[in-house]
Amino acid sequence: MMSENGALPLRGKVLTVDTMNANVKKVDYAVRGPIVQRAVQIEKELKEGVKKPFEEVIKANIGDAHAMGQRPITFFRQVMALCTYPQLLDDNKFPEDAKNRARRILQSCGGNSIGAYTTSQGIDCVRHDVANYIQRRDGGIPSDPDNIYLTTGASDGIVTILKLLTAGEGRTRTGVMISIPQYPLYSASIAELGAVQINYYLNEEKCWSLDISELQRSLQAAREHCDPRVLCIINPGNPTGQVQSRQCIEDVIRFAVKENLFLMADEVYQDNVYAEGCEFHSFKKVLFEMGPEYSSKVELASFHSTSKCYMGECGFRGGYMEVINMDPEVKAQLTKLVSVRLCPPAPGQALMDLVVNSPQPGEPSYQTFIKERTDVLSALAEKAKLTEEILNTVPGISCNPVQGAMYSFPRITLPERAINEAKAKGQAPDMFYCMKLLEETGICLVPGSGFGQREGTYHFRMTILPPTDKLKIMLNKLKEFHQKFTQQYS
Amino acid sequence: TLPPPQPPKNPILYILHVCSVISRFTPEILRKGIHGDTMTENGCEYRERVLTMDTMNPNVKRVEYAVRGPIVQRAVQIERELKMGIKKPFTEVIRANIGDCHAMGQKPITFFRQVLALCSYPDLLEDGKFPEDAKSRARRILQACGGGSLGAYSTSQGIEMIRQDIARYIERRDGGITCDPDNIYLSTGASDAIVTMLKLLVSGEGMSRTGVMISIPQYPLYSATLAELGAVQISYYLDEDNCWSLDISELRRALQEAKKHCSPRALCIINPGNPTGQVQSRQCIEGVIRFAAAEKLFLMADEVYQDNVYADGCKFHSFKKVLFEMGLEYSEKVELASFHSTSKCYMGECGFRGGYMEVVNLDPEVKVQLTKLVSVRLCPPVPGQALLDVVVNPPQPDEPSYDTFIKERTDTLATLAEKANMTQEILNQVPGIKCNPVQGAMYTFPRIHLPPKAILEAKEKEQTPDMFYCMKLLEETGICLVPGSGFGQRDGTYHFRMTILPPKEKLKIVLAKIKEFHQHFMAQYS
Repeated sequence: MMSENGALPLRGKVLTVDTMNANVKKVDYAVRGPIVQRAVQIEKELKEGVKKPFEEVIKANIGDAHAMGQRPITFFRQVMALCTYPQLLDDNKFPEDAKNRARRILQSCGGNSIGAYTTSQGIDCVRHDVANYIQRRDGGIPSDPDNIYLTTGASDGIVTILKLLTAGEGRTRTGVMISIPQYPLYSASIAELGAVQINYYLNEEKCWSLDISELQRSLQAAREHCDPRVLCIINPGNPTGQVQSRQCIEDVIRFAVKENLFLMADEVYQDNVYAEGCEFHSFKKVLFEMGPEYSSKVELASFHSTSKCYMGECGFRGGYMEVINMDPEVKAQLTKLVSVRLCPPAPGQALMDLVVNSPQPGEPSYQTFIKERTDVLSALAEKAKLTEEILNTVPGISCNPVQGAMYSFPRITLPERAINEAKAKGQAPDMFYCMKLLEETGICLVPGSGFGQREGTYHFRMTILPPTDKLKIMLNKLKEFHQKFTQQYS
Repeated sequence: TLPPPQPPKNPILYILHVCSVISRFTPEILRKGIHGDTMTENGCEYRERVLTMDTMNPNVKRVEYAVRGPIVQRAVQIERELKMGIKKPFTEVIRANIGDCHAMGQKPITFFRQVLALCSYPDLLEDGKFPEDAKSRARRILQACGGGSLGAYSTSQGIEMIRQDIARYIERRDGGITCDPDNIYLSTGASDAIVTMLKLLVSGEGMSRTGVMISIPQYPLYSATLAELGAVQISYYLDEDNCWSLDISELRRALQEAKKHCSPRALCIINPGNPTGQVQSRQCIEGVIRFAAAEKLFLMADEVYQDNVYADGCKFHSFKKVLFEMGLEYSEKVELASFHSTSKCYMGECGFRGGYMEVVNLDPEVKVQLTKLVSVRLCPPVPGQALLDVVVNPPQPDEPSYDTFIKERTDTLATLAEKANMTQEILNQVPGIKCNPVQGAMYTFPRIHLPPKAILEAKEKEQTPDMFYCMKLLEETGICLVPGSGFGQRDGTYHFRMTILPPKEKLKIVLAKIKEFHQHFMAQYS
């Protein structure tokens, strides 16, 4: 217990793993977990000149579009620049429609500056624009700006609502239903809050669809040890990419009503829909089209973000949630809670305004905007297809159609010997696989165990974000690796 | 299964027992009875919600944040009424409740906004209107971003290059004392990092529940967060009669008391102070460090106002610097987290939510947990990170933007100093208002003497007396302040917190109106 210089003995610290918050220790977030840490280390080694069987690490672990070469939407960045440095409003290099939006946003900011705090719920005019966007998207169903809360990315809104919902102790502790596989923000937040995670399994054989009977099963089982209060659904799905059918969404809503569950609909990938016959249906829209019997009852929170879709502006941490049928007193509590953190980042709020208030036909920036948006989305659609096709040519890899979102979550068959070696090392077999892949090819993926999967099955999550040519190379390297791995451990 | 309980013998309790038995079998009847109206507006059956005041997180209910609390909500309402044309004794609401510089007319630093604009829209790097020093900083920042874009996620701890720049800034500020970039965590404003550290520190139950020492008065982020986390707040009183200074004996008293019912683990100090504005002496800071070392407390030093020091003879001493200058006996032991932000000082860039913390002597295993925890929220806003980079890496004497930068920074800080002095002087002319020197930060926290009649009326209205006072002030003058009860104060004393941010001319008017109001109030309730 001596300190390095041999002086006084190391004193016991105040904050140790024994004295720290126990819930925090239970938190895991695989998307930036151990495999990514190893990838970062390898990148440093490459920089130092250490020789490897590859020249670069390909970070296909995280849905970070710009980092993988996707370009920002020109119009959005023009308006952001104008808001940031309003002297540019005199610069004729900027189109009028960009300037108008910038002026409008600045007028809504304290002292006409995006450096001012905004109201805690978010800039008024932005919330109005978000409400209008939702109304247009949902075929005219009204959206009240007062039900809109701007947030620091969708993650912030999701954590806030989960926090509000967590109560009780022991058998009355809040249970939260979430899909397996899921985006690990949910499992991490549930662990941190000390709520109870209630897993419902998506059906891999049926393209990761949701079975109400499975919801029922998991709920029944959960009732024996907690108080289920919430049902979370990610649509389009992460990591699985399925786009739920309208029927399925209606069934989930009926289930939530019948079983008295607060619905949380994570819809951050709503523009990322690729497969033929698939369409995004917002939970809000379906809810209201089902009539007052449902629309006056179901408590719903829907989440959106500037990080995905065609914008990919992850770094701006823009997002919002719409709350429906929230108890007015609870809503006051929600407003109070978010006020403690003052406000979400103003640049992210401004960016969200542009997303919901993009160039219209007749405006100078329209053509370029449409082209850029279309290009991004069609490139993603192409890559979704490419990924599914190539992976499905590999014996031992089975990839469901990537209907939407930004990831493929293929099932990998691992030889018995590999599984045993992994277990001997104390590693989840798919982590063992992914680590080897990383060390041998430089490709960084996230093992399925980080998202959840049925016992005895193994997967990995890979983004479809690298540029098409690089993606092809990556998929072929994966194919090669898998064949080699299967042979090596047969 | 347990046998059913025996009905109670007491007749009142017996009746209640019968009711509860009935309710178990006919919940719907009783529920409808309790709630009266059974039909919703569209004629559908009433249904109890899943998420109600009874089922929600009880800790959240205990959270209060006065800076944006009830008085501000009323101020917003009044603004709407004014817009609708309703006649009032004033034409505008003056929001002197929150440390929001730009909202009160302070201008952003030109250089910072130029760099951020270049980062947002790199096409502008071709634009001859931008100076080279701004461009080179923008290029450097973008090179450190994924895909050369502010829109990429950064690493969860924050862009490495920026953390290195911050480490160098800290080294320069602290006279060369080493700073490891790996001990720097960028955050979404300082608030984010403060909450994260408190979260890590909270554990135990009952008598072993974490206790956190915080000054009274304090910035209510602390009380709100402790309530939310279910930690125990341990209040130590600053000495109003001695310019809000900190007495170690008072720390000791508070700690002794607290040990009886919780496990004190952390000591939070805001320097320069909010709401009180005091700038602690070096001696005091050493005293606090010695105390933390002796009593095994994790030190949290909130230093977001470090450039806002006005009074003669006052100087900002960072806790880190003092700690290391006290020698190994302390610098190797004391666990310290220091916080800074882009929201205050001369930048006032509140909306960007930029901030950082430096952790010193953090247990390596706990540090791993910290890194893991912040990774769940991916990363702090990248524009805020970029802003922080230019704050710690401003124009140098030989650079094109230097002169303008220095002028803007000096003007902003000098204006604040002027307003701090003016505020203190004018308020001290008012009989019944006593204002300590505003040594630093952005607020004045004067003590107001309220007549017993007013205190009584307030209590009848179930309002704290200073809320009662501030509400009347708001309704009669449009000036929005925050009552001292929102920050904490000694029992039987009343205060308000007012920012010194309105432009000088307006501030003079505000102060004159407060003087008028106070005299009128005193007369009315004497």
